[in-house]
Amino acid sequence: MQNTETTFTFALPPNELTLESGEKLGSMTLAYETYGELNKEKSNAILVLHALSGDAHAAGKNPPGWWDNMIGPGKGLDTNKYFVICANVIGGCKGSTGPSSINPNTGQPYGLDFPIVTIGDMVNAQRHLIDHLGIEKLLAVIGGSMGGMQVLQWMVAYPDRIRSAIPIATTMKHTPQQIAFNEVGRQAIMADPNWKKGRYYGSAIPAKGLAVARMIGHITYMSDVSMAAKFGRRFRANKEPYKFGAEFEVEGYLRYRGDNFVKRFDANSYLYITKAIDYFNILNGKRLGDIFKEVKAKVLVIAFKSDWLYPAYQSQEIVKACKLAGVDTTYCEINSTYGHDAFLLEIEEEADLIKHFLNTVSNGYNNGE
Amino acid sequence: MTNVKQQPTKIEHQIIIDWIKQGASVLDLGCGDGELLARLIEEKQVHAQGIEISEQAIHHCVARGLSVFQEDIDTGLSDYADKSFDYVILNQTFQQVKKPDFVLKEALRVGKKTIVGFPNFLYISARFQMFFGGKVPVTPSLPYEWYDTPNLHFLSITDFQEYCKKREVQIERSAFIAKNNKVRLFPNLLAETGLFLLSK
Repeated sequence: MQNTETTFTFALPPNELTLESGEKLGSMTLAYETYGELNKEKSNAILVLHALSGDAHAAGKNPPGWWDNMIGPGKGLDTNKYFVICANVIGGCKGSTGPSSINPNTGQPYGLDFPIVTIGDMVNAQRHLIDHLGIEKLLAVIGGSMGGMQVLQWMVAYPDRIRSAIPIATTMKHTPQQIAFNEVGRQAIMADPNWKKGRYYGSAIPAKGLAVARMIGHITYMSDVSMAAKFGRRFRANKEPYKFGAEFEVEGYLRYRGDNFVKRFDANSYLYITKAIDYFNILNGKRLGDIFKEVKAKVLVIAFKSDWLYPAYQSQEIVKACKLAGVDTTYCEINSTYGHDAFLLEIEEEADLIKHFLNTVSNGYNNGE
Repeated sequence: MTNVKQQPTKIEHQIIIDWIKQGASVLDLGCGDGELLARLIEEKQVHAQGIEISEQAIHHCVARGLSVFQEDIDTGLSDYADKSFDYVILNQTFQQVKKPDFVLKEALRVGKKTIVGFPNFLYISARFQMFFGGKVPVTPSLPYEWYDTPNLHFLSITDFQEYCKKREVQIERSAFIAKNNKVRLFPNLLAETGLFLLSK
């Protein structure tokens, strides 16, 4: 598998990118990776969109990409056939411009001076990258969770630039419950004395707060059943009862995941990206039946039965909007006990659907559709 | 409805395909693994959409390149406007839904025409088994034992014809099948399967 890792810088002053908020941001850098080869007609490109804590490293080893079991030769996104692109979102901290990047006006990291970015801004930046790569029409846009929101945004903002769309385990807008979980995460970060209103770069980071935010996140990504299977009520080997260390295995796991996350993620990025997710509302005042009116792409919507963070009814709403707009749509609810994490873990069924769906899309194209 | 489906005979599919006009839009309720829809696309170039409750069957449909929703048709078709499709098909699913009256009403609303196919419970061999054997019948079109059948409603061809009259549903065409052949005489006695093209 040909694997290329690079960056793309654009929106250089005075041509800064105008954000949805009206603020300008530039220059802008996107870190992205590609897998497989772009064909001569540039008709085999698939854009993969990552979730809250993801990055451009979707596939490959050392370290393993976050969707490595989906992307590669012979896999769901078959890199022998397709050219797969994944870019870190703006607002992120894995190579793309975000609050930890240097503000050219001050020479210091942006911190909270970084403007509010939206899912729409993230997708707009991706569209610049696709222009830069010379791709007129993507074969597919695909992503789960926040990645799925970006898929919906692509469908609405650039319907002529996509041949198919695969939103997975996602929603057209967050419910109060979903916003509430994100808010607890943000509060944990902001309550950490090291956070210092976002000006912690070059000193101790708000590690405790960010770790707690990640712990809450992890609970919502799993399910009752998957946690029971993974941990039960088992104790850790070296526990000291009632010293409030990690006594149960589940406690040890959450602490481990929290502490690990801190090493690779920026707390301010967590604040900005969760806000972008909460503000996302693809309807934006429009009627359900009107939202996908311009969509000509084929759509595959996937949900998972045990996902209680993005329950199947939210995917069914997307399907309903597609139906009302007469969009050619397939909907499948995959049986899984993994909860929201299923989109990263329940790979066999998911990959099977995606592979066949993409076959149909690319054959349709080859037949002159 | 369950994911078990009576295996429709080849002639059953052929009659349905013959009834459907070239290039029509078709919604197949309980499309199973999508065999009929795939043939309709191939032979009549229809614009096809399936609805199916079984995840496994959905995988088969997607592998065939079909567009299909995983849904329970017993909850209705409220997302569709009146007359959204040229044809709505209820083949071998009609007797398996919980609310056949409601589902057929929805099918007739959403489709300009509706095609219904079901096993005839009063097929002669079934009558014999009941009368002489004293047992619930098992026939090629009703292949299940009483304890594992997906069929929830047992009706005859005459029952259905009377039902259509009562509901003021027009039967535009009908066909009766036994042993993979058409039956022309005494269908309520001699046909294993009834097929109807309806409109309202």
